[in-house]
Amino acid sequence: MSLPEDLKYTKSHEWVRLEDGTATVGITEHAQDELGDVVFVELPEAGTTFEAGDSFGAVESVKAVSDLYAPVGGEVVEVNEALDDAPEKINEDPYGEGWILKLRTSGEADLLSAADYQKVLDEDS
Amino acid sequence: MDFAGWEMPVQYAGIKSEHDAVRTKAGLFDVSHMGEAVFRGPDAEAAVQRLVTRDVSRLAEGQAGYAAVCYEDGGTVDDVLVYKRPEDFLVVVNASNREKDLAHFRAYTADLDVEVTDESDDWALLALQGPEAVGLLQSLTETDLSPIKYYRFVDGAVDGARAILSRTGYTGEDGFELYVRPDDAPRIWRGLIEAGATPVGLGARDTLRLEAGMCLYGNELDAQTSPLEAGISFAVHLTKEPAFIGREALLRQDLEGFDKKLVGFEMEGRGIARHGYTLTDGARRVGVVTSGTQSPTLGRAIGLALVEPEVEDRFDVQIREKPVPARIVALPFYKRDKK
Repeated sequence: MSLPEDLKYTKSHEWVRLEDGTATVGITEHAQDELGDVVFVELPEAGTTFEAGDSFGAVESVKAVSDLYAPVGGEVVEVNEALDDAPEKINEDPYGEGWILKLRTSGEADLLSAADYQKVLDEDS
Repeated sequence: MDFAGWEMPVQYAGIKSEHDAVRTKAGLFDVSHMGEAVFRGPDAEAAVQRLVTRDVSRLAEGQAGYAAVCYEDGGTVDDVLVYKRPEDFLVVVNASNREKDLAHFRAYTADLDVEVTDESDDWALLALQGPEAVGLLQSLTETDLSPIKYYRFVDGAVDGARAILSRTGYTGEDGFELYVRPDDAPRIWRGLIEAGATPVGLGARDTLRLEAGMCLYGNELDAQTSPLEAGISFAVHLTKEPAFIGREALLRQDLEGFDKKLVGFEMEGRGIARHGYTLTDGARRVGVVTSGTQSPTLGRAIGLALVEPEVEDRFDVQIREKPVPARIVALPFYKRDKK
């Protein structure tokens, strides 16, 4: 399982794509695999602001619930409303159509490179 | 995952697909972790009669009955399946309660001429469940399955190996539970899979039993909850003689009312209730979720809860500190079409 090199990661298994002050956030392939069939995503409203590390929602599978943490601080500019009707996109395409939200951000905080995140996964297994 | 000391898979291919296989075809569970206690001797029936809430004198040979085991205060030690065999009684207990149960069984029957043996290590248990289960099993046994009614069992053979074939289950579907020798289990497992059964893990076992409105010990039932409160009064024969341990307490509950009652509910707002979440009505706490999930069959979030007896219609489930409305619905959530 290779990790996209253009993304940054967190120890709590979120990914973030930073482009022109916007951070697109989702959960990693590893996270969706651990959760199993995703059946519900709790999303915040656009306009909400978060600090890096704040819980901004939750992903629920049949078997478990997992909190989501903001990889960077900022204001929510868009949420992936397609997940309301099709939460399984998180399983099918975690780095693409399964994205969760976009934040307007200034920070990069303590994000991991793909190589560093791979080390986290290796240590877990 | 580790479950009561057993290494068991939560899922093989995915909870939803395994769940669907049981509802539409046939699924195979390895539930060998369940414990088997055998009561032998002249007082075997008297011993079981004293320990469980069901009147086992009414069971025919070859019949099984669901029952609770109570403490003197009416709290639940375990929920069990009692098999009446020609020479003895087989009592199937939950894995996590095995040692506690055996100690309880022996302590309360010491004055009787009965031997209580823990045969848990002598039996493997495979459950084959689903609309295609019976036909599939028939291809691997010479025992004619069609005359075996629900909650009846026979001694026979599966794939040439000795087995108890019990028309019981924990999914709300038709099917059999097969008690076999541990050495034979892997071969029988492979045979049933090759015949078309889908392997099913603990995750779907839980969603299936929850849709069927069945209790899980540790969730709906525990030492603080009586079988009457948990809604399994069909397994409690209050007037049977001789009385069972806990009858006085249950009679008192029956007369004076319960502290809580088990209800089924559906979420009306968005979110999934989980075990342990608090239920509120305004600022008041009115109960607790005992089990909850997204129902794969119904496509809705469902749950079981222990609530104050006065709660009638609806309540809020506290999900991550937010109240989400839910309403009480009749149990079970899912009932198969009987042909």
